[in-house]
Amino acid sequence: MDSFLSYTFIGLFTGAAYAIAASGLVLTYSTTRVFNIAHGAVGMVFAFVYWDFSQRQHMPAWLALALVLLVVAPAFGVFVQRVLTRGLGSQPIGVSLVVTVGILVGLIGVATQIWPPASRTVPQFFAGHLITLGNVVITWHQVLTVVLSGVVAGCLYLLLNRTRIGTAMRASVDNPDLLQLYGGRPQLVAALAWAIGTSLAALAGILLTPVIGLQYYDLTLLVISAYAAAMLGKLTSLPMTYVGAMGLGILQSYAVGYLPSAGNVAGLRAVVPTLFLFGIIVLLPQAPLRIGQVKGLVSAPVPTLGRASIWGGALVLFAMLLAVGLSTSNLLLLGTAATYAIVMLSLVLLTGYGGQVSLAQFTFAGVGAVAYAKIDQPNLFGLLVATLVAAAVGALVAIPVLRLTGLYLALATLAFAQLMDKLVFQASYAFQFNNPLHAERLSVLGLKIDGTGSYTVMMTIFFVLLALGVIAVRRGRLGRILIAMRDSQAACGTLGLDLRWLRVGLFAASAGIAGLAGALFAGLRGTIVANDFQFFASLLVLLVAVIWGVTSVTGAAIGGVFLMYLPVAQSDHANIAGLLFALLGFGAVALGRDPNGLANKIFGFNSWVVDRLYPALAERYPGMALRSRTDEWDGAVDGVDDESLAASGTEVERDVVVAG
Amino acid sequence: MSLLQVEDVVVQFGGVTAVNHATFEVVAGSVTGLIGPNGAGKTTCFNVITGLQRPTSGHVRFDGRDITRTAVHRRARRGIGRTFQRLEAFGSLTVADNVRVALDIHEGFRGIFRPGDHDVDELLERVGIAEYAAERADSIPTGTARLLELARALACQPRLLLLDEPSSGLDEAETEAFGALLVELAGEGCTVLMVEHDMDLVMSVCDEIHVLDFGSVIAAGTPAEIRVDPKVQRAYLGYSDEGQGAHVAESLDETKVLAR
Repeated sequence: MDSFLSYTFIGLFTGAAYAIAASGLVLTYSTTRVFNIAHGAVGMVFAFVYWDFSQRQHMPAWLALALVLLVVAPAFGVFVQRVLTRGLGSQPIGVSLVVTVGILVGLIGVATQIWPPASRTVPQFFAGHLITLGNVVITWHQVLTVVLSGVVAGCLYLLLNRTRIGTAMRASVDNPDLLQLYGGRPQLVAALAWAIGTSLAALAGILLTPVIGLQYYDLTLLVISAYAAAMLGKLTSLPMTYVGAMGLGILQSYAVGYLPSAGNVAGLRAVVPTLFLFGIIVLLPQAPLRIGQVKGLVSAPVPTLGRASIWGGALVLFAMLLAVGLSTSNLLLLGTAATYAIVMLSLVLLTGYGGQVSLAQFTFAGVGAVAYAKIDQPNLFGLLVATLVAAAVGALVAIPVLRLTGLYLALATLAFAQLMDKLVFQASYAFQFNNPLHAERLSVLGLKIDGTGSYTVMMTIFFVLLALGVIAVRRGRLGRILIAMRDSQAACGTLGLDLRWLRVGLFAASAGIAGLAGALFAGLRGTIVANDFQFFASLLVLLVAVIWGVTSVTGAAIGGVFLMYLPVAQSDHANIAGLLFALLGFGAVALGRDPNGLANKIFGFNSWVVDRLYPALAERYPGMALRSRTDEWDGAVDGVDDESLAASGTEVERDVVVAG
Repeated sequence: MSLLQVEDVVVQFGGVTAVNHATFEVVAGSVTGLIGPNGAGKTTCFNVITGLQRPTSGHVRFDGRDITRTAVHRRARRGIGRTFQRLEAFGSLTVADNVRVALDIHEGFRGIFRPGDHDVDELLERVGIAEYAAERADSIPTGTARLLELARALACQPRLLLLDEPSSGLDEAETEAFGALLVELAGEGCTVLMVEHDMDLVMSVCDEIHVLDFGSVIAAGTPAEIRVDPKVQRAYLGYSDEGQGAHVAESLDETKVLAR
């Protein structure tokens, strides 16, 4: 009975911290329609700031706390709302997710740059003060946290129901445009919401740190708990969020107390928020299809299959040259680049064409890798089975989210990635607590591809074949349907398309491609470890894919090389390793609004050369205009869709509008 | 015989009642008008019929079967097509591809063997926008986009076609051609239910008209009956029985048309 009581008190404490974090999340999401995946990362960064103020600079705890909660955090919140996420609420869900994932990665980069890994402790508030009830001991820190969560709830209630700005906030939830028409100031409301939301994230982070430690990733994943709690109130109801947070905290505490601490179920204790989340998702009712959300997106040009094959052939030839010239360690890097590129192809299909976001692509690669190693059939059959296993797991993730919108799918993938990290990959049927797994290299039709060079070339060929497949899909019926689905789900539904299963199929296909990449990667490396497939890698893959262009296979190819190079650059320049993450994250924030990415700029340059520069030069220097040359250029233009060329024109205009 | 029955449907958004015990029928093979002042709940009714909005209470029957809880795409497959008041054309696709997608979705796997683009061209010709075939759908004028949505809906060969303010954005000649097309469609067995503010069009093509006000059906009948119905005039002109001044500002536009 005593232990039950003390687990309940611990649960109340955790729940109270979750409630504080979740209230902030709900406040920002419901007023601006931007779901801040970086909410936990914000809490993490401000826990570090608080440590810096109170421990390193030896400020009194109350002063440090007041500075963080009342000055630094709100200012940062306003900055994020005004500069980084402004106007995101009306953008497609994919864009706002990528931008906030960019903030998450950027914040982790900033934190590791400013506060390199070291042992840091944050003492509890009123450390040493205890309350004893019979045999149960409660700390003042725990009591303070529970009291603070009540104060936060009360203050938010008063703010929202008793003040003018609060009324405007509630109105903003329903319709910001209307609020503006009636003389309200949605921008002010949004800024205030983000200031308060950021402060609450900081408070939750600071309160939790003495218990879970000052770590980059654990606090970042606080967003999953907050989100799980907020889901009970469908991300809009504060009272239900409070109930959800308390329930989750207590549930988690009991799981820690009463579930066995060894064996396969041990990991369960770490993934209670995730399971809680999936439980609620399954119970949520069907989301209605949104009307009036149509946005014609300007896509990167889609090449003809013939033209793409020529480029693909050139790429394979280039890989062959490198296979001869490079050392084994560099070839392994090249193979890694091919792995990343194939994973990014899976995102081209899912995000670029389908408009859905996955935050677990590398987890699916891990599933494929583990399946490939476990089947121990190093041939095309084993590869196929590994791919299918990953696809099936992808379908299993997507099915519970079937009835909900893209935001919930993306958040479910984040939760799923964490579940796999903590529970499945560590289990005896996978990596067994960080043990390496061995995998053999592939043999194709009886021919064993053993050399690292030839294996790398083979991976390049796989990339090219898959890229051609993705392009063929885009050019065909399915591609048209995917674009239509991205543009208007309501219209697709009323034309008779079953969006739910199409989305599951798309998600499974994408997971399958990622799994194939993982299987090839396992063969390349020979040994794989769970660390190769952590959730954070999935976030990086998504960001790099978007930066280089998630709507084109060219973007995937360049992105793969770029992502391979990132850890190399980080180990070469260890002193700015965090800064590189920060650059990547905030680069994605800057570029995330255009999913066509940098690759499209290259296409744009190409068509500028063909359409403008070359004719101009030919006019000025007639001697240069070789007849055969002109024909070749014309052929090049014909190779690209008329549609996309027309499109790149409109894009320029749009850019101007945005800039103006 | 009635193809569609809306029975006692109520839709509430928070405290607002958008549709209040609406009941009406659409006869197979007819062109039926659904009119009423702005905010009367016409589009919400369409959303309930197509499944985009679940009613708070009440039933929808199509072809004798209760479809109140049927998924959006299943209703479409049973033969309910629609266009949208706020355009939902696929902006990143060309006009021709918009129709092609609809055919793809409608035909499913059979469509893989569709010979050429004959059907696409024919549908675009029929609604009169063939000249725009190669343009992106987000770059064409509003009226054209409405006709595109019509062509797209027709690609699925609906038995019941819901048109939400189809003529706004069309000029007089286009509206006339559009009216003729509707009558032709109804003759071919494609029943039309239309929300429309252009009273000339409504009065000239509709066989029957239902009038919605504050979410309830306040009148139903032939155009001739509706024209002289005092309740309809009250709803549109905003006069109370004592003859006080207008209070429904939004309906002034329609008032002028009605008075012509």
